[in-house]
Formats: sequence, structure tokens, C-alpha cells
Amino acid sequence: MNQPLLEAAGISRTFGHVQALNGADFKVYPGEIVALIGDNGAGKSTLVKILSGADRPDGGLLKVEGQEVRFTSPLEAQMNGIATVYQDLALAPDLTPAENLFLGRELMKPGILGRLGFLNRKAMQAQSVKQFAMLGVQLKSQRVSIASLSGGQRQSVAIARAAMWARKLVILDEPTAALGVVQTARVLELCKRVRDAGTSVVLISHNMPQVLEVADRIQVLRLGQTVADLKSSEASVDDLVRAMTSGQAKEVVR
Amino acid sequence: MTNETAIAPTETAEEKMLRLVTGGWTFFLLIALVAVFLVLRPAQFGSAYNIQQLAINAAILLVLATGQTYVIITAGIDLSVGSVLVFASVVSAKLMLMLSGVDGTTYGTTAAGWDIIAIGIAAALVTGAVWGALNGLLIALTRIQPLIVTLGTMGMALGGAQILSGGVDVRAMPELLVTQVGSGRFLGIPMLVIIAMVTVVLAGIVLHLTRFGLHVFAVGSNEEASRRSGIPTRARLIQVYAISGLMAGIAAVMSNARFSTTTINGHAMDNLATISAVVLGGTSLFGGAGTVFGTVIGVFIPIILLNGFVILGIPPFWQTVAMGAVLILAVWIDQLKRRLRKRG
Repeated sequence: MNQPLLEAAGISRTFGHVQALNGADFKVYPGEIVALIGDNGAGKSTLVKILSGADRPDGGLLKVEGQEVRFTSPLEAQMNGIATVYQDLALAPDLTPAENLFLGRELMKPGILGRLGFLNRKAMQAQSVKQFAMLGVQLKSQRVSIASLSGGQRQSVAIARAAMWARKLVILDEPTAALGVVQTARVLELCKRVRDAGTSVVLISHNMPQVLEVADRIQVLRLGQTVADLKSSEASVDDLVRAMTSGQAKEVVR
Repeated sequence: MTNETAIAPTETAEEKMLRLVTGGWTFFLLIALVAVFLVLRPAQFGSAYNIQQLAINAAILLVLATGQTYVIITAGIDLSVGSVLVFASVVSAKLMLMLSGVDGTTYGTTAAGWDIIAIGIAAALVTGAVWGALNGLLIALTRIQPLIVTLGTMGMALGGAQILSGGVDVRAMPELLVTQVGSGRFLGIPMLVIIAMVTVVLAGIVLHLTRFGLHVFAVGSNEEASRRSGIPTRARLIQVYAISGLMAGIAAVMSNARFSTTTINGHAMDNLATISAVVLGGTSLFGGAGTVFGTVIGVFIPIILLNGFVILGIPPFWQTVAMGAVLILAVWIDQLKRRLRKRG
């Protein structure tokens, strides 16, 4: 494949006496779903925080499309086209789906009214209907607040929001952890649609059958290091478990 | 997931029902009250004089309650509105007296011109906004609960007003202010009512149609999410409390003009009156939801109830009892609404 969209090389991070990351590597190529798995304490969350700009590494390199970057805040990562959906979703429950999609990036009326601060709700509404339709997100109504939606629908709105503003990469932290079977399937389907629309997806998950089903590539972290990088079509649950627990996968691609 | 039908941006009938029953009931209560009093005493209750008196009585509270609406939508509360009103009215009145070169103990009216009155009005608005901004600063930066911060500034503003005035009301206002604004009319409508209407309509437009307004709702709904979306949440909080203070400043001018004196001891209940009006109007104490229109209804319900009771000869004390019950009902319905919504 060509040059990676996002590349992290030799990332290390220490908290006091705890070495959370010890030379971890991570790569995402354009147009793919990459899963990041690892046992509890393997350093997944720390790595995700560094990739999304919420935390800074002690050592190592971060490159976006070959250019070295240093994120000092999540907003900076967003400006580089990378958005993260955390488990708490960060939506405003009392606002409508469209208002949430555009929160902080509202569309204004043209001309003098816009300069006075007047919102263009019609345009926001129309664009969000388009965005939801493109990603296959079904909401019973666009006018109700987010709080009246199901957990899966809220998750979908959060992902659609991230995909709308992160042109390059969306990072999802355990997106299906709290969802039922049907809703989980919908969110995974949504991941594929986001990828098909041209945005890469990083999926952090515990659920190995799920990861094998949806991801194109799987990277395994163990004790702060990347121990395996597998094509999901050539890996099995056993391979993943072996890599997570012993650090030995049966094959290493790339 | 083969079905890709775009979602129609309309409410279902069920949602509309729920919204009307839970959201619009105070509107129907207001209409019912008016209808009952009109049927029982059409001549007295429906007279032009009575309607004007109702509107004038509501005017000052309307302005205060509009500011309170902004604050409560951010999931905050402003207990200081009445005291800030008093402080701003004392500063404004003292300044106008001083500028017209009259002794501080003068009774009645002074001959101050519009230039002095304009300075007095500006002083009231600035003083109010500064107290509000102080509330906002403390709340946004120290993270002390709004209830405590505004309880503190409530005492400070009232005490400050008493220090400035020596505890005695300033009893002399510019004659022009009293006759033109306090009891003046424009096109037959009392000036105080016009000021209240303009303020409320402007505040409603800003809250419901502008980006600033949407941010007020967003901050009240989920402050952390708003911050991560790039909304300057601290600045928004400071601005919202400053608006509430500014409203208290406007109300101070209206109060000075109407009563021709400061009313240091007359505003102890303003905070509770505005909070109950806002809550009656369907604004949620949990933040994130509410309307200025609802607050207008919430202001008129107790005023019409009191007026009707007086006309009907029912002891007016019953109004206080009835209002307490209606307020509890309003909060209960808000909670039911949230529980219903969660089930969705």
C-alpha cells in the first residue's frame, strides 16, 4: 500500500513508575478499518489518547501523511482531520441530532443576518439528513432531542458527527461496549460505511469475533508494545488471544 | 440495513401529543384562568384599565425572569437578581441626584434633564452587568456552585446598596423619568410595558435563533461536550450571568421610574418569583431546555391569579398557596417528561 495516513513509531509514555507504552508502533492506511486490541493494561487507552491529541508521548514520532506532527490538544488533531468518539460520546442530550452534528461549527445565515449571529437551521437540517442517509443511520425523527434516542442511535449520531468533521480518520473507543446485539450490528455496519465513504476508522475493542468481522487489519498491544499486525482475513480468534497473552502471533504481515 | 429511506424532519403525532401535554399545559392553564375570571367578572377583569394594570405589574418581573431563563438553561441559578436590582437602582438614583446638584435627602422629583437621566440609565445597566459578570466569573473559574455564588453576591449587593444609601431609600427621581417612563405612554401603551416587551422579544430572538443562544442550551445540556466541540464554555457562562445582571439593571431603571424612589426592601422575593416563573414556563432546572415564551406565561400566571382572586373577593393569601402547589406540579411534570424521554 502507499504511505500511511497516520503513523506512530516507537511511542513511549510513563506515568510515575508505570511504563504504559514502551516503543509502540501503529499505522493506519487510507480507507481501512484497523482494530486495536490488547488485554487490560496493555496501553490501548494511552495510545488512543496520544493519537487523538488528548495526551503527549514521552518519546517517539507521530506522522500524518508523512509529515511529523505534535498534537497539543484534541482540537489540533481535529484540524489534522482526526476525530475521536469516546465512550461518553460527548453529545448534548437536550439538542436535536442536527444541532449536535454541527455543535461548535454551526452554519450561519448568509449576509448581514449571519454576521449578527443568526443560525441557518434549514441548511444544518438538510445537511444532517444527507449525512445520516449516506451513513444509513435511521432516526425516527430529526426534531426530538438526542436523549430520547436509543443507545445505538446516540452512538451512531456521535460517529456520524466525527465522520462529518474528520475527513481522514475516526477513532472509536469501545463503541459497542454498552450496546445490544442488533444495535452493535448497526454500529459495525456504520463503521464500514464510514470507511467506504473514504474515512479510515480505528476501532478499539475487546470483542474479538467482532473485530475479525469488521476490521481489515488488527494490531495487538501487549505490555506497551505492538506485538502483532495481522490481516483479519488470515487471523483467527486463537491467533489474537495468543498474541495478546504471549506476544507470539503465528504470522506477521508488513 | 438495506433500507436507506431518509428520515422525514417532522414530529410523529405521538411526539406532538407528548409535547403539548407536558410542555404546553401552563399555556392552557393561563388561558383557562383568564377564561374563568372573564366569565365570572367580565366588566372588572376585562376592563382596559385592569388589563393595563396587569401588564404594568408584570413588566419588571418579566425583564428579570428573562435573564433568569438564560441562567437556568445553563443549569445554573441566579439568586442575586433582586439585590442587584436594588444596588443598580441606588447607584443610578444617587448619581442622578448628585449630577443635578440637589441635596441627597430631597423628596419628590428633580428637574434633571435627559442628559442626566441617560447617564443614570447607563450607570444602572453597567452596574447590573458588572455584578452579573462577577457572578459568571466566579462560577466559571472557581467552579463554586451557582447557588452559593449568587447567594453570596445577593447579600453583598443588598448590603452594598444599604451602605451607599445609609439604609434609607433615595426618594427623589428626575421628574422626566417618572412622568415619561414611569407613567408615560406611547401610542396608548404604558412605556414600562413597551420596555418589557422589547427586552423580552430581543432576548427571545437571541436565545432561539442565534449561535450564542444555541451555545447557551449546549452548555446547559452537556458542558464537557460543548467544551470539546470548541465552544468557549467559560466565556458563555460569564456572558449569560452578565445578561441576567444587565436585565436587573434594566429592571432597576423601570423600578425607579415607576415608584419614584428606590425600593431597597422591596425585592427580597424577586429571585424566587423569577425562578418559579421560569420553571412554570417549562424551563428545566437540569438545564438544556426552555423558552422565553414559556417564561412570559410563567410570569403572568401568578399575577392573573392574584388579580382574579382580588376581584372575586377571595382572600389574596390563597394566591400564595395556589402558586406553591402549581410550582411543585410544574417541576414534577418536568421530571416525568425526562423519564418518559429516557425510555424512548
